[in-house]
Order: sequence, then C-alpha cells, then structure tokens
Amino acid sequence: MEPIQEYEDETSLELPSAPMHLNMGPSHPAMHGTIRMVVDLDGEIVRKVDVQPGYLHRGFEKSCERGTWSQVYPYVDRLNYCSPMLNNVGFSIAVEKLLGIQVPERCQIYRVILGELSRISDHLICNGAMAMELGAFTPCLWLIKVRDWVWDILEHETGARMTHSFGRIGGMAKPPTAQLKEMVRNILPEIDKVLHEVQVTLIRNRIFMDRVQGVGVLSKEDALSYGVTGPMLRATGIDYDVRKANPYSGYETYDFEVPIGHDGDTYDRYLCRLEEINQSCRIIAQAVDRLPDDGPINVDDPRIILPPKDAVYTTIEATIAHFKLVMEGLKPPAGSLYSYTEGGNGELGFFIVSDGSGTPYRVRCRPPCFINLQCAGPMIRGNQIADIVPTFGSVNMIGGECDR
Amino acid sequence: MDSVLILAAVAKIAFVLIVVLSYSPLLVWADRRQSAMIQDRVGPNRAGIPIGGKNITLIGLVQPMADALKFMWKEDFIPPKADKLLHGLAPLLSVMPTIGAFAVIPFGDVIWLDHLNEVLPAAPTGHGIPFQIASLNIGILYVFAIGGLGVVGAAIAGYSSDNKYSLLGGLRAASQMVSYEVTLGLSLVACFMTYNSLLLEDMVSWQVQHHWGIWYHPIPFLLFYAGSIAETKRVPFDLPEGESELAGGYFTEYSGMKFGMFMMGEYIAMVVQCAILTAVFFGGFDLAAAPFGFQLFAVSRDGLHLLGHPTAALPMVHWVVSLLYVVSFLIKTTFFLWLTLMIRWSLPRFRYDQLMKLCWRYMLPLSLGWIFLTGMAILFVSK
Repeated sequence: MEPIQEYEDETSLELPSAPMHLNMGPSHPAMHGTIRMVVDLDGEIVRKVDVQPGYLHRGFEKSCERGTWSQVYPYVDRLNYCSPMLNNVGFSIAVEKLLGIQVPERCQIYRVILGELSRISDHLICNGAMAMELGAFTPCLWLIKVRDWVWDILEHETGARMTHSFGRIGGMAKPPTAQLKEMVRNILPEIDKVLHEVQVTLIRNRIFMDRVQGVGVLSKEDALSYGVTGPMLRATGIDYDVRKANPYSGYETYDFEVPIGHDGDTYDRYLCRLEEINQSCRIIAQAVDRLPDDGPINVDDPRIILPPKDAVYTTIEATIAHFKLVMEGLKPPAGSLYSYTEGGNGELGFFIVSDGSGTPYRVRCRPPCFINLQCAGPMIRGNQIADIVPTFGSVNMIGGECDR
Repeated sequence: MDSVLILAAVAKIAFVLIVVLSYSPLLVWADRRQSAMIQDRVGPNRAGIPIGGKNITLIGLVQPMADALKFMWKEDFIPPKADKLLHGLAPLLSVMPTIGAFAVIPFGDVIWLDHLNEVLPAAPTGHGIPFQIASLNIGILYVFAIGGLGVVGAAIAGYSSDNKYSLLGGLRAASQMVSYEVTLGLSLVACFMTYNSLLLEDMVSWQVQHHWGIWYHPIPFLLFYAGSIAETKRVPFDLPEGESELAGGYFTEYSGMKFGMFMMGEYIAMVVQCAILTAVFFGGFDLAAAPFGFQLFAVSRDGLHLLGHPTAALPMVHWVVSLLYVVSFLIKTTFFLWLTLMIRWSLPRFRYDQLMKLCWRYMLPLSLGWIFLTGMAILFVSK
C-alpha cells in the first residue's frame, strides 16, 4: 500500500497570484513631485522597487558653462533649495580655492552664520515633512513656523527668502546688517523651545517610534560602499562631518559636536537631524559673538570684486574694473580642483575646471542626495508600502540637487 | 390619537436629521479651527458673505458652506474603466447606514405631551413619547449591523474605481473595519451584562438609577473609543486613506459631491459612535454629578435635586427638563467629538500590521478578559 501524497499538490491549490505592479509618482504626495518609484507589491510588502529620479533635470551643469563664474550663483541656489546658502558658500569656496584667495575673517563668520541658519531650515523641513507624511501634521507645522523665523532673518539679510544668490566669489554681496546679531540672538532660544515641543510630541511617541524604529535600516558597510554622507551616514554611526574632518570657513575654531546614531534606521536619522539643529544653534551663537561690527567683507582685489557703485560713476579705474568684470568676468587660472563642504544632506562637492577664461569650462556638482538616494531602494525592499514614506522622507531627496 | 404619534415620529425624524446633518459641516469647521489653534495658524478666515461692503465670515463658519457649494458644482469624474453602477453606489452605501444608525439612539427622556407645562407627577398619564425614532428590541445590535454596512461602501469604492491605490485602500478599509467591528462589539458585551439589556434606552435609565457606566467599565470605554476611531477611519487609524502612501486610498477617484458624501459619512459616523459612547458609558442624557457615589446635584424628571435630597430643590416644568436632557446629551456627544478631533491632530498614523496587531493581540483579549471579570463580579454580587 502506498502512502497518500497529501502534501504533493498543495501549491496547486493556491490561487495563482502575481505581484501588483504599482507606479508611485512622479505626481504622488510622498514622492515630492520629482521622483518615481516602480514597486512590485505582494500584499502590503514591497518585493521590488525601482527608484527613478530625473524629473527635475534642468541642465544645471551645462547652464553654468555659458555665463561668467559669478553668474553660476542663481543656479546653485536652485540645487538644494532648502538650504541655498550652503550651496552659495560651497561654490564660493571652490572658486576661491582655484583663485588662491582667502576671504576676510568677517566674511567667514558671516558665511558660517548664514550657512548654519540654512542648515537649520533644511533639517527642519526634512524632519517636518517626514513627520507630516506619517500623519503627524501638527509637529510639522510647528517646525515650518520655526523655518519661517529663520527665513525672516535670511530675507532681512539677503533680500530673498529662498533663492538668495547672496554669495560672491571673494566675499558676500552685502555686509551683515546692523540688526543681524539681535535678530539671531532673539530667535535661538525660541528655536530651542519649539524643538523641545516637537520632541515631546514625537520622539517618545509610541506610534511614531513603532513607525520609524528598525525601518529603512542602513548598515555601516553599505553606507560606506555607497558613498553616503551627511546625517544619513552619521546615523549609521560613522563620525564623518566635513566641518570637522576638513574644516573650512574657520569651523575648526567653533565648539560643536557631531551627533552620531548607531542603528542607521529612520529614527536615528530623525534624531541626528534634530540634534544637528541644536549644534547649529551653538555654532551660530558663537559666531554671532565673534562677528566684528566693521571691517572688510570682501577680498581687496579689483580683478575679483566689483568696485563700489559710486566709484564706478566717478573714477576711470573703477569704471574699467567694473567693465572688465561684467563683460569678461573674473578669470581664475587654468586648472581644475575638487572642493567640498558640508551641505544640508552631506558632502556637497564642486569639481570645477577653468581654461583661464571668464567662463567656467566645466562645473560638476557632487550632489549629496543623489548618492544617498542610491540606498533608498535597498532600504525600502522587503518593508511595507507604508514604510516607503518615512524611509524616503529621511533620505531627504531634494529634486533640484538630485537631478540638477 | 394615532395622528399625534405619527406627527411625533415625523418631528423626531426631522429633529434627528437636522441635528445630524448640521453636525457634519460644524465638525468640518471645528476640525479646521481646532487644527489651526493647535498648529499656531489662523484657520479659515476668508470665505464670507459680503453684506454692505463687509465680509461676514462668522468665525470661519461660511467655509463649510462654500465647501458644500464647491462639492456640488465640481465635475463628477468617473474613471473610464470604472464600474459606473458600483462607483456611484459606494458613496451612498457609506452615508446612508450611518444616518440610519441614529434611529435607536435616545436623545432625551420620554416626553409626556399632557404634562408639558407642569412639573411631571410621579405617575404621569397620557401619551409618553420616547425621544428616539424607533425602539427596536435588538437595540444596539441594530447599530452594529447597520454600521457594518459602511465597510461595504469603502470596499466597493476601492474595488470599482479601477485604481490600484483605491484597491489597496479598499482592502485596508475592509480588513480594518471588520477587525475592529469585533472589538467594538465585544467591548460592549460587559456593559450589556451589567445593564441586563441591549436597548440603549434601558441602559440609560439603568445609569440614571445607579451610576454612569464609565465607573464600572473604564477599560471597555477606552477599547470602544479606540475601536470607534478605527471604525470611522480617523487618524491614527486612517490607513484606508493613507494620504501619504496611498494618495487618498479608496476615494482617490472620487470628486464633487460623491467625495463630499464620503467626508460626510465619516463625520456622521463619528457622531454616531460618540452618541453611543455617551449613551453607554456617560449616562446618555442624564444630567447629574455624583463623584464616588456622593451625589452633588441631579436633574431628575421633576427638577433639580441637590446633595441627594429626595425632594426637588428647584422644581422644573417638564418641557424645560426635556430640553435640558437633550442639550446635555448633545454637549456630551460634542465633547467626545472634540476629543476625537484633538486626537486626530496630535498623533501619527499606524502601519497596517501594527494596526492589526493592536486589534487582535491587545484589544480583543482585553475585552474578552473584561467580559470574564464582569461575569465573575456579577456572579459574586448575585450570590
């Protein structure tokens, strides 16, 4: 007598099922309007994910090759539009290195203040948007409120809330206003207060913790092999911050810490960004104390910096300098270099090539979030569809920077 | 005399419809005002009626009216490959049952038409009209039965829209609402055992005689409240909508008044759940304060009683008492609606597996355990 083969045909009893092929984006609330994810769903589980950026490609790098070096500023503003000032500073430093000049100390401190304010607004947006996409609308709007205060200062200083175009090669467009110190000193304790409120509502909230802990885990090894930088890398536990590792603008003289996570999950990334806001506040407080009330803001070199307007109208030398700078642009020596700073999302690099003329030969940007985005696929795979939202949110993909 | 009863029934239906239908725009308004207050925003302050060069905004109350108008005049878009019949049927299926559930909810005490203008005697005569549309003998089971139809609406909406997001949302809605229906029902079983009845009016009168249900059943109250938020698909249980991952979920493909009906259905379902909550745990229309068994004051049928005194300190005419009862019921319901709004604006949402785990692993065993405890207690007391 043969045994009954009762397990043999069990698979044939199941209904045939194919994974659901789902296009998320580019018009999808979680995709920020600039990215598409093609996912294969098995119920709620994401089996396969294909992340497709590129919907915001505007030819940034090519556009840079048709104007003068100074005319690149409006373009870099639109890279990471959450922290445009950091891009301005990063590009300025790159060209200044090529020129072999060093901006005055007052300018460096001013750049640190504005740059860190920008970093705060970047992190506020990232954390706020992530919380909002998890359904926590209220903390998000509290953070947006703080960002508005920060933007008020930036507007007061630069004249624009978002796309400042305020950096200049060899300095800044304008010296700091008289009210800067007071405004910044007023806002810092307020930021601290709101951050505390957000912490109370979110970071010990059981639902929030369940949603983000252990979700979108990135290991140290993966992070390094992908070339991840910024808060995403630091959340995995690797202590790398360009401001500490390769200081510029006098960051080595400031007393601040680099927050480090250890799990590399979404929760750690959230906390890292939150703590970086605090550290940025510390830096700003020190910088404001140091900022001299007067002194030069720009390098003293008529081949680089435009002369004052009244001199242009009254003296022949200034007129000629102005004419040469406007018509031909400043001319860095022929050569190439890679310069990198700490942007909002990580290492923001500029590889610039000059052929000695007034027009950039090549401006290549290393966008931190394009490289960070590579990990999004592996981080999402195997999780649930609802986990795409916080994971992708904590990568902080900024379309302008990623697609260029 | 029959004509009086018919008239009374029509009046009651009209009253309930007016109250319920005006609750939904008011809740939209409250939702916006509340969220604006929590989030340091201004809230709706633009929509208004221009009268004599002034814009009368009525603290934002005109906004829901404008919304309703907008819903009506918007294009009613049906996806080309959608099932047209089911697509149109789904919003109806999600609104109608929720309104129907109000039939058994007692808004007030029995009204004695012959004694309206006098203090109610101990043994009233004439027609007593209960302040509820229908006194069905299955009582609250009717609410669960008809409320369960809401699942069908959401599931059909998700299925018929020919959209993968809608389908996912519909599936989530179906599994979530079916699961929480179980907890919702079981959490009340302990109360049925205590009140010894399924009729909401009996439950209320039991609570009037003894104490409010919340003192006996605090855990079922929490379970029922959480379950009711899940049933109405509000944050933190709004996964079927899942606006960030599912882009609106089961009503992604709805526009105009059909979308408005889903919204309305959601708000009306909230009112139903909060009304049941009030009736089962907070004494319904009962107007009394008795902390730790010591009665501070109570409005009985004959007037205001103070400090447990048997005679009324302030005798009240019957119609005044009846009005007070209705107002008391509505205020209690409104309080829980407000609390629901507060919760909606302060919590993030669950994930699908966490939601199911919460229901089947925590809430269901807790409610079963409480039923067991209640049974033991009743046995102990009766012996």
